[in-house]
Amino acid sequence: MASPTKVLETIQLEHVPSTHTVHIGVFKDVENSEFLHQQLLSRNAEFEYAFIDASSVTSRFQVLAAIYKAITIQLSGAMKTPNIHSEIVCSLSPNNNISEAYRRFGITPSSKHLIIAKVLITPQTTLTPSALNEHLLAHVKGMPVPFTDEALQAEQLTDWAKVRKYYKLNNVGWLDGVKDETEKRREMEVLVLGGMALRGL
Amino acid sequence: MAAAVIEEPPSSSSIPKDEHEFPLPAVLTYPSSTPPTLVTQGAEARLYQTTYLLPSIPSALKYRPPKPWRHPVLDARLTRHRILAEARILVKCRREGVPVPAVYAADESAGWLMMEWIGGVPARVGINEWLRRRKETEEAQGNEGDATPVTGDKEEDKDLVALMRRIGSAVGRMHKVGIVHGDLTTSNMMLRPWEEGKGPSNGHTVAHDPLLDGDIVIIDFGLASQSSSDEDRAVDLYVLERAFASTHPRAEGLFSAVLESGYREAFKQASVVLKKLEEVRMRGRKRSMIG
Repeated sequence: MASPTKVLETIQLEHVPSTHTVHIGVFKDVENSEFLHQQLLSRNAEFEYAFIDASSVTSRFQVLAAIYKAITIQLSGAMKTPNIHSEIVCSLSPNNNISEAYRRFGITPSSKHLIIAKVLITPQTTLTPSALNEHLLAHVKGMPVPFTDEALQAEQLTDWAKVRKYYKLNNVGWLDGVKDETEKRREMEVLVLGGMALRGL
Repeated sequence: MAAAVIEEPPSSSSIPKDEHEFPLPAVLTYPSSTPPTLVTQGAEARLYQTTYLLPSIPSALKYRPPKPWRHPVLDARLTRHRILAEARILVKCRREGVPVPAVYAADESAGWLMMEWIGGVPARVGINEWLRRRKETEEAQGNEGDATPVTGDKEEDKDLVALMRRIGSAVGRMHKVGIVHGDLTTSNMMLRPWEEGKGPSNGHTVAHDPLLDGDIVIIDFGLASQSSSDEDRAVDLYVLERAFASTHPRAEGLFSAVLESGYREAFKQASVVLKKLEEVRMRGRKRSMIG
C-alpha cells in the first residue's frame, strides 16, 4: 500500500525552543467547514488546531509570524484565550477584540479554504506528526495545497478586499500606484505584519 | 566560563566571543540556524543581526537592556515607552510610504523590536569611499596638495548630486507625514542596493560608479517623535547639516543646495522649514538657553 499523502509541513521556527514544533497544512474547497467549526465550539480536544480562514491571509510569512507570536505569548504565560491555537488565530488580528478575531481570521461554517496549524509541545504531547497528518486527511474534506506563497497565489486563496479592510489598508493611497504586482504584495504583507506586531499596543 | 577549551577559528566579522560579551537578550537564547551577531551598541540599545521565523529571513533586533542605574519601575516604563514609540513611528512611516525598515514583531516589556534587515552600507560609508577614490584620481592626475572641495558642478560629481537629492527626498517624505527623526546623520541612512535588473525607484541613472547606487532607507528612530512643527523639522535638517559637514567635510558645499532641492521636491511646506533652518543656523540647535 502506498503511504498516505503528506498534507502537513513541519517547521522549526527560529528563536523558538526545540520543544515546540509547528505543523501546517493548507486545504482548498473544504466541504465540511461547518463540522470542523462545530468541533471547535464543542471544544473537542481532538480538533485542537488553529483553523485559519485562508482568505484573510496574504502569505506564509504572515501565518508564521502569528504562530511565533502565539508561542512567545504561551511561553511567557500571558495567554488570553484557552490555548496556543486560539492564540494563533488572535495573533493574526490587528486589534484585541477576541471574538472579532475568531470571526475574521478563524474558521466559520462557510469557510472555503483553510490553513490548519498545530504546535506540538514536548514532552506534554503524545501526538506525532504522522498521527496529525492522518487525522487531518480523515476529517478535512478538502484538497491539500502546499503551504507556499506560490500556491496561495496560484489558487487565489486570498481575498484582498477583505485583507485591505481588516488591516485598514484602504486609505493607503500610494499602494495603488505600485505597478509591480510582486512588489505591491510584498508591501501589503509588510503593512499587515506591522499591524499584527502593534496589536493592542 | 565554559570548561571545555575548543579551538575555534577566529571570526573577523563578528565581535569575538569572550567573557566581555554581553549576555544575549532572552528572545535570542533559543536555537536559530545562525547565531545572532552584535552589530552596534549604543548607550541605550544594542542592535543584533539575526533571523526571524525562517533561516532565509534576515532581521535586525534592537534590544534595550535594563539600566541598572535607574529605578527598576521607572526603567521598565521608559523602555516600554521607547520601544512602543519607535515601533509605532516605523509602522506609520511604512504605511505612508516613507522608506524605513518594516516592523516584524515587538515585545515592549522585554525591551526588543524585531525589524526588517536592510542590506547595503550606511550612506556615510558610500560617500566617504567615493570621496576617497575621487581624491586618489585627482592625485594620480598630479593635483597634489589640498583636496579640492566637491561642488557638484562637475560632470563626475553627478552621482553624489543624485544621492544627495535622494537623501533630501527621503527626509522630505518623512517630514511630510509628521515624523521628525531626532538624529539624522549619514550613518542613520542605509544605501540599499537596487534589485537586480531593477533601476532606481526615482529616475536618474545610466552608466556610472555603483558606489553611490541604492535607495535611501532611514534607520534608527530611537529618538524620533511625531511632530508637524516647522521648528522641529528645521532642527532635524540642521542636525543633518552639521553631521554631514563633520563626516564629509569635502562635500560640505554640496549639502545645502542639493539636499534642499530634493527636500523641496518631496515636501510642499519645505520653504517654511528652510526659512526656519536659517534661524536655527544662527542660534544653534537649542531654542532655549537652558540645558
